[in-house]
Amino acid sequence: MKTWLLILSLLVPSAAFAAGGSSVPLDDANIDLTDNASLQRGAKLFMNYCFGCHSTQYQRYERVATDIGIPLDLMQENLIFTGAKIGELMENSVDDEQAAKWFGATPPDLTLVARVRGVDWIYTYLRTFYVDETRPFGVNNVVFPSVGMPHVLEELQGIPTKKYETRLIDGEEKLVFTGEIEVDGSGEMSTDEYDQAVRDITNFLAYSAEPIALERQRLGYWVLGFLFILLILSYFLKKEFWRDVH
Amino acid sequence: MKGLMDWIEARLPFMEAMNKHVIQYPAPKNFNFWYFFGSLAMLVLVNQIVTGIWLTMNYVPSGEGAFASIEYIMRDVDYGWLLRYMHSTGASAFFVVVYLHMFRGMMYGSYQKPRELLWLFGMLIFLVLMAEAFMGYLLPWGQMSFWGAQVIISLFGAIPWIGDDLTLWIRGDYVISGATLNRFFALHVIALPLVLVVLVFLHILALHEVGSNNPEGIDIKKPKGSVPEGEKSPFKFHARYDKYDIVDAVPFHPYYTVKDIMGVAGFLILFCYVIFFAPEMGGYFLEKPNFEAANPLKTPEHIAPVWYFTSFYAILRAIPHKLMGVVGMGAAIVVLFLLPWLDRCKVKSVKYRSIWHKLNLTQFVICFIILGILGAIPATPGRTLLAQITTFGYFAFFALLWFYSKNEKCKPVPERISK
Amino acid sequence: MSNAPVDSGRRRFLTATTAVVGGAGCAFAAVPFIASWNPSAKAKAAGAPVEVDISKLEPGQLIRVDWRGQPVWVVNRTQAALDELKAVEDQLKDPASDEPQQPEFAKNQYRSLKPEILVAVGLCTHLGCSPTYLPDTFGEQVSGVKSGFFCPCHGSKFDMAGRVFQNVPAGLNLVIPPYTFVDDTTILVGVEEGAA
Repeated sequence: MKTWLLILSLLVPSAAFAAGGSSVPLDDANIDLTDNASLQRGAKLFMNYCFGCHSTQYQRYERVATDIGIPLDLMQENLIFTGAKIGELMENSVDDEQAAKWFGATPPDLTLVARVRGVDWIYTYLRTFYVDETRPFGVNNVVFPSVGMPHVLEELQGIPTKKYETRLIDGEEKLVFTGEIEVDGSGEMSTDEYDQAVRDITNFLAYSAEPIALERQRLGYWVLGFLFILLILSYFLKKEFWRDVH
Repeated sequence: MKGLMDWIEARLPFMEAMNKHVIQYPAPKNFNFWYFFGSLAMLVLVNQIVTGIWLTMNYVPSGEGAFASIEYIMRDVDYGWLLRYMHSTGASAFFVVVYLHMFRGMMYGSYQKPRELLWLFGMLIFLVLMAEAFMGYLLPWGQMSFWGAQVIISLFGAIPWIGDDLTLWIRGDYVISGATLNRFFALHVIALPLVLVVLVFLHILALHEVGSNNPEGIDIKKPKGSVPEGEKSPFKFHARYDKYDIVDAVPFHPYYTVKDIMGVAGFLILFCYVIFFAPEMGGYFLEKPNFEAANPLKTPEHIAPVWYFTSFYAILRAIPHKLMGVVGMGAAIVVLFLLPWLDRCKVKSVKYRSIWHKLNLTQFVICFIILGILGAIPATPGRTLLAQITTFGYFAFFALLWFYSKNEKCKPVPERISK
Repeated sequence: MSNAPVDSGRRRFLTATTAVVGGAGCAFAAVPFIASWNPSAKAKAAGAPVEVDISKLEPGQLIRVDWRGQPVWVVNRTQAALDELKAVEDQLKDPASDEPQQPEFAKNQYRSLKPEILVAVGLCTHLGCSPTYLPDTFGEQVSGVKSGFFCPCHGSKFDMAGRVFQNVPAGLNLVIPPYTFVDDTTILVGVEEGAA
């Protein structure tokens, strides 16, 4: 029995792997793809704070506007900053080589980031920047150490610092990072408001990663319902024919 | 109408072929759950071919365009997402049904005389399928596509003397590049599917030549005149079976066609559940890093092959020597080809074989599954040890089989499938 | 093996029902394959209305713009060309534009919103070649007519309103696309007045 337990324990993927390569516990993003208001706020925040450097070049403005319920003329006027037409892909005008010089790496396209990293990672990442003077932009990140990105949402969040407390470790008192981030209150938003704003951005990125997700599930119920009918019918058909044999 | 049918029949015996292979083909009446997977494999093959043809209509096979064209299919093409998920889920489903189909053959001794060639064709199908899946996996041109191909192609570098030149030749470049992508595309969409279809055709011809095995492993063809009139199967079979007394059999159509339709409906429920509700299948059918475009400068933190290769990959990793690892992995597949000659027992079905065989087969399955899990997660010293033990168990199955099967103590096999 | 008589009514019913449901399933399954041949979002975006600046369009000049991958001509017709439209009417197949080759607004003698500005899809209605604009030498094709369009593929001829001449392979007048004037010097091709 012990051997079996040992084998089983070896087969369980470690927590680090399950969390997508990060060793930090992630917070539950708790997003809702059906919440259009959240998606619209997320789109607005994304276009204002992220799109300057990060494109979402595999999706089109028009599709985004239609899917999350933004009228096309409002989208064109308020959320398209590059002079692109509404039917075009959401590319930005950042020169990759220049950007690589500024940030040390080209800011990645974010269309699919929610499928690569997972929503919890994005939600946690955007909430765990902290002041670190050793870094070029003066900030570092808990889930993405040595990140090459400035804390663009600082005006909303305020200046974040790591929260430490003294704990007894091996009989010695040590200053330990609690895993939490404190802010100085200089931001435009309260902590709750900021969490919601980040949740909205995360929601929008989750939508962007797979715009068909809701439609896919809606269609799925019909398909499965149909197949159940087919299964029942074919079961009785089979039974009827096999009466010859049994 | 009848005149036209006769005219065609005289020139191309279509109905004759249908009678021979479907309508009047004698199938043992005791097929169980495990006998669904042959027809399901055919269904998935058709699904892969049809959705594959449709995907090529919008896919761009170039290093610059491949990744974006997949997202184009997923977003801009009407129902493109469905075609893509049908194809990606179908790839995994193919291996699910083929592995179960192979296990069925091992359980009931379907590889034994006179079905050795049938088994060999099946193994060739499996081999070509692995090549097909591997090349197909490069096409989305994501991080996992790129680095997975990098690792697997590098395996050829372990071959002494010619290894480095061989890898260079396979890639057509000094790294995996658009050149590699284009040749894999050509092989994936036409060359290998053609081979696959021909092999499936031969597999079925070979099956119908020797007849289907069954869970009891008892032959349904008895010598002419050995069975009393009342005990013969009451159905009409094709004239080629007139030289036997056929017992305990039913014509494939309608009895197994209706049964297979039921199997198809059941399978499609599971298949469509994945397509519509879990197309990534927790990162096992579509791996997360593969949603990031291939980047030759940055390896993902954890590279694992898709789940259907992980057992063989774990064997490769378990052997701490580059060349021997590759040899071990190859041997794990080659040894399956030899199964008809390694098993020297005359009794087919596991039902009538010794307890040793039952235990041996069980430990083989457990080892294969554990290897499959180990190949999907990062290696640690403890896991490597476990992989070595299970690799040993995998090969031990075949070695032990060869030893005990010569004089195995089996239960008496009945004359007939049932009273 | 039971020798119970086969209940053939039940069997026929089940066979027929399963066949119908299975057939319907195949029909449903065909939908995505057929629908995927529709113009994609990319093609539709490329088919969005295009703006044409005609402030620099000289009398007699033709410019081509790309709308849905088709050449669309914008011609600034001279007064002489407009006068000719009346003169050639008896040599045309459909002088009154009875065939629905134009939006309702262009069903007039000029086949346009403003008399001097012609907007037309520059594809021959015979087999889809793009005719050549002959501003001065059309007389070689139709004697006495100074300007018109001549298709090099099979010799179809059109007047300066895109109307087809008799005795040529093409049967219909050139297509007039929906368009509207945003202002005096800007045309939006692809939408009609009021629809935009």
